[in-house]
Amino acid sequence: MASLALKDVHKSYGDTLVLDRVSLEVAARELIAFLGPSGSGKSTLLRIIAGLETADGGEVWLEGRRIDALPPGDRGVAMVFQHYALYPHMTVRENMAFGLRNAGVPKPEIDARIAQAAHVLEIEAQLEKKPGQMSGGQRQRVAIGRAIVKQPKLFLLDEPLSNLDAALRTRTRVELAQLRQRVDAALIMVTHDQAEAMTLADRMVVLNERRIQQVGTPMDIYARPANAFVARFVGSPAMTLAPATVMPGNDRFARVRLAGGAEVMTRVPRNGLVDGAPVSLGLRPEHVSLAPAEAATLQAEVILVERLGDRTFVYACLADGLEMIAQDIGSSAVRVGDRVGLRIDGDAAHLFEADGTGRHADAAT
Amino acid sequence: MKSGGAPRRLEGLAFVAPFLLLYGVVLIWPLLMGIGISFHRADLFGAREWIGLGNYATALADPVVHQAIGNTLLLALLIVPPLTALALLLALALNRATRGAAVFRGIFFSSSVLSVTIVTLIWRFILTPDAGLLAVAADALGREPLPFLSDQALVIPAIAITTIWWSLGFPIMLFLAGLQQVPADVYEAAALDRAGRWTTFRHITLPAIRRTLLLVVMLQTVGQLQLFGQAQLLTGGGPGGGSRTIVLAIFEVAFGRWELGYATALAEILFAMILVVTLLQYWLVTRREDAG
Repeated sequence: MASLALKDVHKSYGDTLVLDRVSLEVAARELIAFLGPSGSGKSTLLRIIAGLETADGGEVWLEGRRIDALPPGDRGVAMVFQHYALYPHMTVRENMAFGLRNAGVPKPEIDARIAQAAHVLEIEAQLEKKPGQMSGGQRQRVAIGRAIVKQPKLFLLDEPLSNLDAALRTRTRVELAQLRQRVDAALIMVTHDQAEAMTLADRMVVLNERRIQQVGTPMDIYARPANAFVARFVGSPAMTLAPATVMPGNDRFARVRLAGGAEVMTRVPRNGLVDGAPVSLGLRPEHVSLAPAEAATLQAEVILVERLGDRTFVYACLADGLEMIAQDIGSSAVRVGDRVGLRIDGDAAHLFEADGTGRHADAAT
Repeated sequence: MKSGGAPRRLEGLAFVAPFLLLYGVVLIWPLLMGIGISFHRADLFGAREWIGLGNYATALADPVVHQAIGNTLLLALLIVPPLTALALLLALALNRATRGAAVFRGIFFSSSVLSVTIVTLIWRFILTPDAGLLAVAADALGREPLPFLSDQALVIPAIAITTIWWSLGFPIMLFLAGLQQVPADVYEAAALDRAGRWTTFRHITLPAIRRTLLLVVMLQTVGQLQLFGQAQLLTGGGPGGGSRTIVLAIFEVAFGRWELGYATALAEILFAMILVVTLLQYWLVTRREDAG
């Protein structure tokens, strides 16, 4: 049975539509990431599930119970806020006990739950401190602890890592991954950081322009983006989208010609593609490599080199002004201003139709 | 630091000197002089005779002073707690971003911009037993109008109500400023923690505006212990001294009887009273804060 089900949820602020008929099912104990840019509606969706916003229409179900008309406290959800929202004048212990006391949980049970959560989160020594005396990372643990002790059916995390510095962020990411093994509930986190979503989530929900663009496992979304937006938004550096046209032919797979004249043979089935139709050729950096002139598909000039140690991203500008990102070995000697040949791995290329719909290399063959 | 401490400190002093000078001349010096004068039998025309604690001894035995201190404390007690509670309630109700709330904020603040003269005029029209607003209302109900300003038992509550109406705006603004410091997500967290209205107020709002609450109570206490204009203009301290406040008594002694020495002694007594009461309030609140 689905843990959480959203049915046709929609919401407007005045004349501005912020969520357009969103439906989604979340399995028990699943970790879902809502991924999208600012203004995509991901936070609004989270807040509708929490009951902090009211949807204009649609239904929210949690474990077989319709919850969208219930007050936030009665929904069986717990939320970790982006800025933690700890009660500043209460100690850590009181912060964690507050919700339980309001729910009428007996005192010994409250103490037991807090002790256990504090042990798991390693904040036992901080229980009598107030939030103002703690670091950002510690406050976040308290915020998580406050959610855990409620033993909710669903955890909601709003940008859980965005307020942490880089080192702490990586550590907390690992801890969040471990945490979810211990809790018997589904988790939904909102993030605009695709690396965060990819590393943590069982499935990602990519939102943009008030709608769900794609739902799938991280690898599924990375390998088979449903449309050009998802293709550009997931993966870093972003996928290059090169304007191209479909060439006529009788092959099983589509052959396209780039604006600069170069031709690329893909493994995208051509059925359904119209000859001469404008498309975008989608290329991830790892599918474009530097090559000697004779083996190259294209010639380009290097405009930026990003060295990550284990690999190098080469930003190159084609003769027609198109920018393409290639990946090279970590010890690459290439420098800005060099003229290089680029070899495109057509077998891995994606095609996006004029309306953005993605088509992908046929995995079966 | 290489630039050297002493010259820099002089530089800084030069910047604050004009203010300090003015502050010293118009506030500190008169304060000290007042203490000095209070030990003299002095009049407004310059005659001075040292009598030590004579003025203070007179004050302690003076039934007029006793009555004025009693009136003033009673007024402060009748004004400060209801005013604070009312201002907090209104601030809670007006703490939202709607246009209606903005309009009402303006309305509630508007009484504060009136001078005490206008305020007492308005309330005279309301309170006066012949054809005042309340008298008309009482008449309509077929009852005798109450003589608010000429009855010993009614005059203090009447002045208290007038003062509350006049003073409401500023505490509301202070509370609103305090309430707006509380982040919205804390309230959302409380909603998810099943906190009802009262629990939220008691455990989230009240602790958050504790400092503002202390500020309002202290400012109002200081202000109301110096209540003067309303009593002077509504009743002139009557009937039978029933509404004479300490400052009104000081005024009468100084500018009615020209006894400057005695008046300054009374002023020093008031100063000490205010100091004790406000320090007590501060201590009561901060002591609990340290313990909690």
